[in-house]
Amino acid sequence: MRRVDPGESFDTWRDAARGLLAEGVPPGEVLWEPAGGSSLFEEAVFQAEAATGKLAVPPAFVDLARNVACHGDPRRWSLLYRLLWRVTRGGERPLMQIASDPDVAKARMMEKNVRREIHKMHAFVRFRKTGETEEGRERFVAWFEPDHFIVGAGAPFFRKRFANMDWSIFTPKGCAHWIAEEFKLSPGVPRDPCGDPDVMEGIWRTYYRSIFNPARLKLKAMQAEMPKRYWKNLPEADLIEELSRGSSIRLEGMLAEPEREVRPLPKNAYLEMLRKLPDPDPE
Amino acid sequence: MDLDQKLAILADAAKYDASCASSGANRRDSRDGKGVGSAGGAGICHSYAPDGRCISLLKILLTNRCLYDCHYCINRRSSNVRRAAFTPEEAITLTLDFYKRNYIEGLFLSSGIIRSADHTMEQVVQVARTLREVHDFRGYIHLKTIPEASPELIEQAARYADRISINLELPSQQSLDRLAPEKNLGRTKQAMGRIRVKLDDAADRRKNGDRKLRHATGQSTQVIVGADASTDADFLARSDELYTGYKLRRVYYSAFSPIPEPSSVLPLSAPPLMREHRLYQADWLMRHYGFRTSEILTPEQPNLDLHIDPKLAWALRNRQDFPLDVQKASRGLLLRVPGLGVKNVDRLITIRRHTRIRLQDLAQLRISLPKVRPFLITADHHPARELLDSDSLLARLAPKPVQLELFGHAPR
Repeated sequence: MRRVDPGESFDTWRDAARGLLAEGVPPGEVLWEPAGGSSLFEEAVFQAEAATGKLAVPPAFVDLARNVACHGDPRRWSLLYRLLWRVTRGGERPLMQIASDPDVAKARMMEKNVRREIHKMHAFVRFRKTGETEEGRERFVAWFEPDHFIVGAGAPFFRKRFANMDWSIFTPKGCAHWIAEEFKLSPGVPRDPCGDPDVMEGIWRTYYRSIFNPARLKLKAMQAEMPKRYWKNLPEADLIEELSRGSSIRLEGMLAEPEREVRPLPKNAYLEMLRKLPDPDPE
Repeated sequence: MDLDQKLAILADAAKYDASCASSGANRRDSRDGKGVGSAGGAGICHSYAPDGRCISLLKILLTNRCLYDCHYCINRRSSNVRRAAFTPEEAITLTLDFYKRNYIEGLFLSSGIIRSADHTMEQVVQVARTLREVHDFRGYIHLKTIPEASPELIEQAARYADRISINLELPSQQSLDRLAPEKNLGRTKQAMGRIRVKLDDAADRRKNGDRKLRHATGQSTQVIVGADASTDADFLARSDELYTGYKLRRVYYSAFSPIPEPSSVLPLSAPPLMREHRLYQADWLMRHYGFRTSEILTPEQPNLDLHIDPKLAWALRNRQDFPLDVQKASRGLLLRVPGLGVKNVDRLITIRRHTRIRLQDLAQLRISLPKVRPFLITADHHPARELLDSDSLLARLAPKPVQLELFGHAPR
């Protein structure tokens, strides 16, 4: 059994995997373990050598592996190596097309989780304005807690959308910054470094309260898309309980209200004109 | 009245519009501009309200004062609801402030009709124009238009917006006459037809190299379900006409919702939410699964079954077409199997080129075996004919009876 350090990214894992593959080490003999982790195995950590020569791997595998590499599950590295082995050495060239293969299905599920988390980052990051530079460039910060290592993959979206603001997104799994038109990634931070709430959060909460229709409470549908683990960083989420609790009372109130009579038609030139318009499509 | 109070009134007034799409715009971002924003990818829902609806856009009315008297609407002139109006500047600032904090994908702007259709439309267009031209806003804009507004104003709206819409509200003129006396089906369809021509035109110009062209890419509409006697067949026939004849992107079905200030013409009752859901399912079958309306509903059965979904209902009416061999059946037929979606059908078609499909393959794709087993033949499974013929199939596949209405109020 060999202990191999996958590093922290797709690129470091790929270098290690190439070396193993060149040596012909089957997946059952590799223990993927980040350096510093403890293990029952005594062997020294294998230092992968950059393999020489090109390795023909289906592009579908590379696309999948790039996403799976962002997943938080430490077993992702051994799963990826097993797939790589089967595709290259195992004679299963079309494997990536067989979505029902248990390894492929598992990797695809991880990929789906990662893509979803990137999407949720785009959705649930909430910026707070902290000020403006002397040139009038606005500065924003945000705190987000993703389940997977997706800050690098998720950040380009913000760069394109908010190209003319300065911003930093802090997370425990890496941070991204766009300051004075320079993009930078930095290591994660354990706690929310952002300061006081933004005044707009109060207005946003008013909007959230008002756009909710109490006549159609569907908490399960809401939670399927906005799971509770995100709530603590969403300024509107602590309204959910109050709004849900009050909804039936508000609905009862509506149902009990007396019906309003129709008011007489006002004298209005526009309404008179409307009544005289020909009907283009009498049915 | 301060901004917070205005927002409370004018968001409350806008929430009965179900549309929340923020996808399908021309792709762009702010890297070569001075403003903020991007669009063109999949839509993003930035939050969800406890009613399960996505919050993607700042959905507001410019004003809830209205000359019209649509009886299902809280803003009709006979209602005593509090009235408010944003200045165009207030709506613009609010949009930008929310957008920069990543609360929204953009603006959904509608308005009560004040003075005239043209006057109202001008105000709405002014907000969009200022956002685009003064602030270089590149986020998503959806503008509600008024069929009676001049074609020039509607075309201006389409130039600044990504999506424009006119609400049909009810599927027949008879219903409109009773519940929305100022609205006219013919005029709405006429305006939709003109918009369609402009949209086609813009799409052609983009295709022929005018990549910089700024123009809306689609139109949508909304109908209210349960406010009149229209059947589901009436709704679906109307939707079919709008999809094929007017190339609408979406028809939204909104279960008539109890509102404060109920009208004596249309006394309120609890919303039939399941009916709305079934209409969306049927609409989906028409647009993505190749079903014709006549296959979903018949003159004898003009309403969708509330207990089972329309695809299963169709399969049970057409048991003679099953079981299908998953190894050989065409894509079109596999799409008709209850429990198989577009993605999984395409996966199965790829997989079967390499291997014989077994039940465990279906399970790995997270296809529900109890749902598909009666309808499919796999390498290790052949459903018994009598299983399909027996009435127990319905009993096994239909979900346990549930309370359909969300609230137990009997309609008055």
